[in-house]
Amino acid sequence: MAEIALTQVSKRFGAVKAVDDVSLTITDGEFVVLLGPTGAGKTTTLRLVAGLETPDDGRVFIGGVDVTGLPPAARDVTFVFQQYSLYPHLSVFDNLAFPLRSPTRRTPEDEIKRTVREVARLLRIEDKLGNRATQLSGGQMQRVAIGRALVRRPAIYLMDEPLSSLDAKLRSELRIELKRIQQDLGATMLYVTHDQTEAMTLASRIGVIHQGRLVQIGSPRSIYEDPADIYVATRLGSPGINLVPRALFPEIDAPAAAATIGMRTEHLAIARASNGSVTGRVNWIERLGDQNHLHIDVNQQQIVSLVDPDEGLSVGDDVSVSLHRPLFFDAHGQRVR
Amino acid sequence: MSGATSTAHSVVAPSGRVKLLAGAIVVLYALVALVPLVWIGLTSIKTPPDSISYPPKVVPFVHFEPSIEGYCNLFNTRSRQTADYLASLPPANSACEEITRSRSMVVVGPSNYVPRFLNSLIIAFGSTLLSVGLGTCAAYAFSRFKVPLKDDLLFFILSTRMMPPIAVAIPIFLMYRELGLSDTRLGMILLYTSVNVSLAVWLLKGFIDEIPREYEEAAMIDGYTRLQAFRKVVLPQATTGIVATAIFCLIFAWNEYAFAVLLTSGTAQTAPPFIPIIIGEGGQDWPAVAAGTTLFLIPILVFTVLLRKHLLRGITFGAVRK
Repeated sequence: MAEIALTQVSKRFGAVKAVDDVSLTITDGEFVVLLGPTGAGKTTTLRLVAGLETPDDGRVFIGGVDVTGLPPAARDVTFVFQQYSLYPHLSVFDNLAFPLRSPTRRTPEDEIKRTVREVARLLRIEDKLGNRATQLSGGQMQRVAIGRALVRRPAIYLMDEPLSSLDAKLRSELRIELKRIQQDLGATMLYVTHDQTEAMTLASRIGVIHQGRLVQIGSPRSIYEDPADIYVATRLGSPGINLVPRALFPEIDAPAAAATIGMRTEHLAIARASNGSVTGRVNWIERLGDQNHLHIDVNQQQIVSLVDPDEGLSVGDDVSVSLHRPLFFDAHGQRVR
Repeated sequence: MSGATSTAHSVVAPSGRVKLLAGAIVVLYALVALVPLVWIGLTSIKTPPDSISYPPKVVPFVHFEPSIEGYCNLFNTRSRQTADYLASLPPANSACEEITRSRSMVVVGPSNYVPRFLNSLIIAFGSTLLSVGLGTCAAYAFSRFKVPLKDDLLFFILSTRMMPPIAVAIPIFLMYRELGLSDTRLGMILLYTSVNVSLAVWLLKGFIDEIPREYEEAAMIDGYTRLQAFRKVVLPQATTGIVATAIFCLIFAWNEYAFAVLLTSGTAQTAPPFIPIIIGEGGQDWPAVAAGTTLFLIPILVFTVLLRKHLLRGITFGAVRK
């Protein structure tokens, strides 16, 4: 395990700047999640650390050593691909043993056996070791792919949306397992996802990537509660943050530069309107079971909030909406306090 | 459609009538394709008079008595002798000798069939090995690396197949004479390789394009160099394509006639130009020609049958999700 550092790394593909001046330090044992939509540059960042791409500018350090020009094999990293990428001509055992048998490692065969069995037990695929890789279910394949990373103790584990191709139930199971494994091993991980739940639950720090730039990095809590701009604010929270013009709530105190108000459920107090304090009207209720999404119309602006099902509100009810320390953004989308 | 339960993934089972029709077409095609081969095989075990009799003699042991005369004449050269001389010889010591003497001839020595056949084997397998080897490397490079002018190069490679190779026979003939490659095995191997390598590059590029890059990338991260990843991961998965390409290349090189006639005459002559020559040696010896042709078919047959399981093996399916 070691510290990983990217310093002012850029990578372009033709006219597209995939990664733009990214600096990032991952300390030993840390679980950093890069969050962003498809095409934001998350995967390219990961591939730059792995050595599958070389940066146009900037340097990559692993454990203090400049590895910028080194091939992947010389970097002591593992990579779990989004797609399963198991070797179809090999058995599950041989797939797991493949990294250990590489010329740079040359592990004795009895040690390979022991390590592979141990990892297979950890991922609950011991009974599949004799199978061909193609005879597995999707979830099992992805376990093997993760297992192929776990048989080694690299400087850093790189994971590129490893759970995205799985169904919801399996995804949440593996998510918990992955976090447990990372904590047990004290592993350093750089993990890429577009799923905010994965980011929130797995990360010690989340880095939000937008158009190749690392916009903000911090603990999940700070990213959620203290976003640097509108873009970061919209990446987290369900339902998504409500963004309305500042003028919609003229009565509240706001910094002078504020142009937009951002409100999450915790910033909103919604009550049935009484003695003329009407601010909006309920026009839709999404029932999720344990809670409801309440859609409120305030002067033609939609506000969505989470409410308890026993709130007693129904479509067409007039409500009063009051704000409690919402977030403010200026005309350029930057946060103002 | 045969059932309401079929999903997007289900393959609809063919109905009985479709199967019957398909079977009939296959049988018909097989008949058309096999009749000449069977006829050649039958001719090779006839005597020369039987081979040209009319109406034709079809069923062995019923219409005609099988004979090894064709094979004897294929492997031996003979010489016509006077009856007096033949009578003065000691008794024949082999079946072939006996048959030959019954035609008023004696066996003088072995024919050139075996060395020509050997030439064919060396040249065809040599050029196939070279074509597939070069083709695999080139196809991999075209598939994976940024090659300058890639599309132009690929088109250029393909364009060598846009005319029949024999169209450039005269320049090649002159070139080979100048370089001392005429009538050498090396010359023929290089010639067939240059014709086949374009086919090999294009066929194999298709197969290698189908192998996801993630495999090599995973292997390289796992501690392998690109070359090792190519050997351990790409080659095993390209086996089907390599085998199919090898069979195509081999069949071309094995059957090639025009260049072989033009460029070889002695030491490097292959079987195809040699077989027709047999006809001239002592009358129209159809059984000997048929015997030469029958034996000539065997290597391709064996090669294809041996590699059949690779051709039919299921393509690697499902280990990478698209």
